[in-house]
Amino acid sequence: MKKFGRRRGDPQCVPGQNGHSSAQVRLHGAHKSSIEIVRRRLLLGAGLFTVAFFVLSMRLVEVALFNEVRPSNAVNEEVETRDGPARADITDRNGVILATSLATRSLYADPQDVRSSASAAARLAEVLPEIDLKTVMARLSSDKRFVWLKRHLTPRQVAAVNALGEPGFRFLEEQRRVYPHGSLVVHAVGYAKLDNRGLSGLERTYDKRLLSHPNKPLTLSIDLRFQHVMHEELARAILLHHPVGAVGIILDIASGGLRAIVSLPDFNPNESGSVDQDVLFNRATLGTYEMGSTFKVFTTAMALDTGVATLQDGFDVSEPLRLARHVIRDFHGEGRWLSVPEIFIHSSNIGAAKMALAVGGDIQREFLARLGLLDRSQIELPEIAAPRYPKQWKDINTATIGFGHGIAVSPVQLCAGIASLINGGFWRSPTLLVENEKLNPAERVVSRVTSRAMRQLLRLAVTHGTGQNAEVAGYRVGGKTGTAEKVGPKGYDRSRVLSSFVGVFPISAPRYLVFVMLDEPKGAPATHGYVTGGWTAAPVVGRVIARIGPMSGIAPAVEGTAKDEFSTTVVKLDGDEIRLAAY
Amino acid sequence: MSLPRTDNSVLGRWWWTVDRWSVAALFLLSLVGAVLVMAASPSVADQKGFGSFHFVHRHLATLGPALILMIGVSLLSPVGIRRFACGVFVVGIFFMFWVLANGVDINGARRWISFAGLSMQPSELVKPSFVVVTAWLLARPRKQGEPRGSALSIGLLIIVLALLVAQPDFGMAFVVGAVWFSQHFIAGMPAYALTVAIVAGVVGLVAGYFSLSHVQSRIDRFLDPDTGDRYQIDTALNAFANGGLLGRGPGEGVVKDFLPDAHADFIFAVAGEEFGLICCLAIICLFGFVVLRGIARLLENEDFFVLVSGGGLIFLFGLQAFVNLAVSLDLIPTKGMTLPFVSYGGSSMIALALGMGMLLALTRRHRQKWQEP
Repeated sequence: MKKFGRRRGDPQCVPGQNGHSSAQVRLHGAHKSSIEIVRRRLLLGAGLFTVAFFVLSMRLVEVALFNEVRPSNAVNEEVETRDGPARADITDRNGVILATSLATRSLYADPQDVRSSASAAARLAEVLPEIDLKTVMARLSSDKRFVWLKRHLTPRQVAAVNALGEPGFRFLEEQRRVYPHGSLVVHAVGYAKLDNRGLSGLERTYDKRLLSHPNKPLTLSIDLRFQHVMHEELARAILLHHPVGAVGIILDIASGGLRAIVSLPDFNPNESGSVDQDVLFNRATLGTYEMGSTFKVFTTAMALDTGVATLQDGFDVSEPLRLARHVIRDFHGEGRWLSVPEIFIHSSNIGAAKMALAVGGDIQREFLARLGLLDRSQIELPEIAAPRYPKQWKDINTATIGFGHGIAVSPVQLCAGIASLINGGFWRSPTLLVENEKLNPAERVVSRVTSRAMRQLLRLAVTHGTGQNAEVAGYRVGGKTGTAEKVGPKGYDRSRVLSSFVGVFPISAPRYLVFVMLDEPKGAPATHGYVTGGWTAAPVVGRVIARIGPMSGIAPAVEGTAKDEFSTTVVKLDGDEIRLAAY
Repeated sequence: MSLPRTDNSVLGRWWWTVDRWSVAALFLLSLVGAVLVMAASPSVADQKGFGSFHFVHRHLATLGPALILMIGVSLLSPVGIRRFACGVFVVGIFFMFWVLANGVDINGARRWISFAGLSMQPSELVKPSFVVVTAWLLARPRKQGEPRGSALSIGLLIIVLALLVAQPDFGMAFVVGAVWFSQHFIAGMPAYALTVAIVAGVVGLVAGYFSLSHVQSRIDRFLDPDTGDRYQIDTALNAFANGGLLGRGPGEGVVKDFLPDAHADFIFAVAGEEFGLICCLAIICLFGFVVLRGIARLLENEDFFVLVSGGGLIFLFGLQAFVNLAVSLDLIPTKGMTLPFVSYGGSSMIALALGMGMLLALTRRHRQKWQEP
């Protein structure tokens, strides 16, 4: 406070001298020059201010005329939802829309402008009966400025709410993802929810692309007609056999493009509410299964391609195969020497195991890896499981993997592998997009000769073996059944099986691979209680081929001409020698 | 107004000696400000839950007395200005001590006193009067046995800065320090002292950057736009781009709905959006005119005290305008400062009127003749 006193005192004692001193200043030379310094520095200040205001002017011109409007990175709920991004459409290969975005209006309220929350809620409930009166009332009496009441109203509902004349009720334009075909393609397309973000399937894989290029539709390799046929036939099989799940796949053999991919059970992505894990599970890509006998296709092709066996060779399957502590038996053993075609069409486990052992574990492992069966599939879905197989590839593993046990792969992997054995020997990654289909790199895995022999064997399995139920007149179906016991609490369980059939048509120039798998089918009178692949899955494949064959523009062949059309191979079959058309 | 040059009344002498161009420019700025506050503040008032014209009424109610105060102060002689400023300074310092003890805490800062329903920052009174007090101390003739004027002014500066930091009000401390420095510079500060002062200033800024988190984040956001929330600045820049050359028209802007300070710190953005580039350039020119005209008038003067105090007052005015405009245009980091005579802001308006009134008084012509016949 000392300083205070002095300051307050100062003005009173000085003023008289001040005028006097300023008179002195003008006379005194030194003071004269100090005034000059002051003036020069003031001029400098004037210059600095001139520059500063000039810079401001230039910046103003730049900002006002040449600036791009910078998006604000502020986040607040209202702005975000109002600017909800549009997603690009998803279409099938023919341009049929599978997923699209619709502009809808969502109802919110500014509770501060609502006159009476109770009456407003009651009147709203009259026009929107599905809302919960208590919740709405609580929201309307909150002290916020923004509460959601109902998202995505129909135009009729919007009109009805507007007619209420409540000033606090307002609408926001929003985008709603709509799937015109409901559950039909849901496991491939996936779904996006309220906030417009993809949560599964291709909607999730291509989330960024769909958002950033909203005018560039994503074209799938799926053909909706094929998809529909497969979906319908699988649904019928489910009604008949009540399996816990079912998979159906149609694959273009030449390109690796999937034409249909169905996993049941599925769900309708248009319905709101949370999605159950079971229906969200894509069995075709995320499920891995011990496929059973369909794996014999790989074992046989491997034996033929490596030259370990020919179609004329055979193996003795009269005795169960003992390996260490394990015994391998046949279901309905022929109990004799079987030729390779006989092993294939009768689906002999002992024969396949002996064939695999004859080739050897290392080569088998390398062969399966080439067919993409030991790695995660490269298909464009986020729901992909890695195959399961033993780390230690011992003889027993070689033998069981020879007939499809001790290794679990996803159905889509199996299909791609089998397709590569019958299309002339080229493996391609299965794909869901037309653009990837076009430049899908091919990798030779077996020779043309092996591929041709495999077609013969697959055809033989339908004409003379377990796959007779898949035959469709005129389309020359080839195929292989698979019936695998599932692992229960006490080892393999005879009553719970995985039944499948992989079909190819037309076998003379294969175009499509059709795969159907039923998980734990139950016997039905129509199948005489049988649950095997030949009785449950093969008929479904037959019906699918009968329906998609005409769609795909493949002319049915006249029966009985095959032997004349093609050269033949003579093979031993059940005591006879038959002439096998070499397709 | 027709006043004969021979009119020897107080007002008559004022009319013929005062810088009428500067007075006109300041009145024009006030008019522009009134229009812009009318444009910007209703939506801000609505957001804050006041009546739509709450801020307009308050602005006009402050503007009138402020302009009258400015004219009234400009009637004083330089000696009168010095006495008046000393008085205001003492009162201001007293109340700055008082707010530290009894002030109203708003957003963690004790700056305001409430007086007859109006809140007032005493530091706003200190700001212009301290300029005059500093000039007086520098102009005081050396006397045996008394401390040098510059030493005394350093002491006063430390007291004022300490009071401001205690509030805390770093922005005002920066302005007061910068103006004080500019005055010492004008008064012929030798080169070594200049270097020391610049180093001290840089050290102060760096220390501020590292010790005050909000200062740090503002500077970081300015240097790297992606690090933080630049909502206000981006909104302001978009407003200028939106307005373009001619603006969207009065009342057609939207920026005022998004910026909480549209009527105060960011009023220039409202001007840019609604009235366009040309109007904004005119506003900048008005500020430039006031500054340059003030300096030009000072250069006619011979009195050391008048030059240093007038220079400081002009620098205060120009610095505040520059900081506000440069923040709106994203040239410098965010610093809340009002646009002189244009922004809404009661006590800052009074302080500016006080300062410009003193400047007008100091730049009156032939003043010495009246004073020293």
